[in-house]
Amino acid sequence: MRVLFYTLKQSFIQFGRNLNMSIISIFAITCMMLILSLFFIMALNINVAAETVKGEYDSIELFLLDDTTKKEAKAMIDDMKQQDGVSDAYYKSKKQALAEFKERWGDNGYLLDSLKDNPLPNSVVIMIGDLEKADALAKHAESYEGVEDIKYYKSTVDKLLKATHFMQIAAMIIMVFLIIVSIIVVSNTIKLTVFNRADEISIMKYVGATNWFIRGPFLVEGIIIGVLSAAIALLITGVVYQKIVELIGDQVYSMLSMPMVETEYLLSTYGWIFGALGVAIGCLGSLVSLRRFLDV
Amino acid sequence: MIVFDNVTKRYKSNVALENVSIKINKGDFVFLVGPSGAGKSTFIKLILKEIQADKGTVTVRDINVTKLRPRGVPKLRRNIGIVFQDFRLLPKKTVYENVAFAMEIIHQPRKLIKKNVPQVLTMMGIADKADKYPDELSAGEQQRVAIARAIVNKPRILIADEPTGNLDPNTAWEIMQLLNEINQRGTTIVMVTHAKDIVDKMGKRVIAIENGHIVRDEFGMYGYQEALAAGNESMFGTRPVNKVHTVRRIFRRGGGRK
Ligand SMILES: Nc1ncnc2c1ncn2[C@@H]1O[C@H](COP(=O)(O)OP(=O)(O)O)[C@@H](O)[C@H]1O
Ligand SMILES: [Mg+2]
Repeated sequence: MRVLFYTLKQSFIQFGRNLNMSIISIFAITCMMLILSLFFIMALNINVAAETVKGEYDSIELFLLDDTTKKEAKAMIDDMKQQDGVSDAYYKSKKQALAEFKERWGDNGYLLDSLKDNPLPNSVVIMIGDLEKADALAKHAESYEGVEDIKYYKSTVDKLLKATHFMQIAAMIIMVFLIIVSIIVVSNTIKLTVFNRADEISIMKYVGATNWFIRGPFLVEGIIIGVLSAAIALLITGVVYQKIVELIGDQVYSMLSMPMVETEYLLSTYGWIFGALGVAIGCLGSLVSLRRFLDV
Repeated sequence: MIVFDNVTKRYKSNVALENVSIKINKGDFVFLVGPSGAGKSTFIKLILKEIQADKGTVTVRDINVTKLRPRGVPKLRRNIGIVFQDFRLLPKKTVYENVAFAMEIIHQPRKLIKKNVPQVLTMMGIADKADKYPDELSAGEQQRVAIARAIVNKPRILIADEPTGNLDPNTAWEIMQLLNEINQRGTTIVMVTHAKDIVDKMGKRVIAIENGHIVRDEFGMYGYQEALAAGNESMFGTRPVNKVHTVRRIFRRGGGRK
């Protein structure tokens, strides 16, 4: 208990004495974390987009030519229902389609009111039970007479998933880079404190203080730097992202028909990563400098 | 208490101590003498496990220091007090705080600190300086503080590396009286020094190291009577190699005393 108190007190004193350098390192690490944020934001949004599309992955929509009759459509539905892997198939009129569209556009829905004709086609929606069969079913459906186009999400999903994957790898690489640079930054900052306290520590070692007791305040000093950087980076990310969502969220929604990830969700998803990064960078940074300059 | 058994320490190719065997008994007061570069500090660092012997065994209070794991080092050092030539007090702490610091960092209870610190300050004759800062004290007073800090945890062994090197003869002699008193109370003392007059006056055991070897180990005087008689003004001057060997043959005790 007293040890904990001593460690905390000492670490804050050190942090304060070394304030300039601490602020510079916090600034540097925050900047790097913000770059990471950018990748996280993109990765998360694309990922959520992929998930959203994936929800529709299990359906194939056949857009019918205008002169295709309801009867022909019914025949398609019956035929599809016979196919292996189809769980359901139903008819969607152009009226229903427009209503859905309008709903999706939300506040911008009024724009559609000015339309004289409904530009959307009638369609047949096929629900797929067994995703393995999706490709074959799509091919089969394409062969029907009276089908103008077919909306099938697999390729889109694949593309999005690839993008997510790429983003994740990029984020990983940046994260490794960030960690290494940040550790160097922290260790150089701690190095100054170590030099400031070299005499004291040398005496502590002679008197028989344990290494962890000696390291404690430096570790906490490093953690303070790391966690403060993470907190600031997270705060900036949150505020800026919120602004972006407010500014272009609606456009994104109407253009891509999917919402941007909410700020709270973003922060709660990556908050702990930033926290862990901050702690890890702080600990490793100070341990590196302690090993190099103090041999404890 | 402290046993070196055939200990060798090299720094790269540079041999600092070679095949040194010696035994320092409980309650001994030992002077460690020799020219600079002889290996005295190396000897002390081996006791404290600041460095690791290349060969042989160092034993301190039945602890095999050579084999001691790093995590055992703090415990070893809690039994050894140490005093340096340059005092090494913390300038931003008062006398009291400097001494209390040694107890705080090994987590001694506050009550004990409040009891022991004034006690040792009184014993060192600096009780009235408790609230002063090191730069407000004379060199002799600073060294008293350093000694107080070294003994406040009641170590069994006190190591002093030229504790009187920065002091005038009178002050040095006062410090020696204090060390003597500490020794009388049962603490084993190993003191590195160049002060011939002090060694001669104290009449304690003298271990002379030269070129990494123990060249003499006996009670009494700083220099070699024989060497002096042979016309060498200083045992530490540059001498022909054959004379070094002569001296060694005379004083070296094979395998050391055990
Ligand atoms: N860290 C070191 N690296 C290399 N050589 C060293 C180191 N420390 C001491 N030595 C060498 O070891 C020998 C003994 O040194 P030391 O024990 O410090 O002697 P003393 O304390 O008697 O003056 C000297 O030759 C010195 O140059
Ligand atoms: Mg020396």
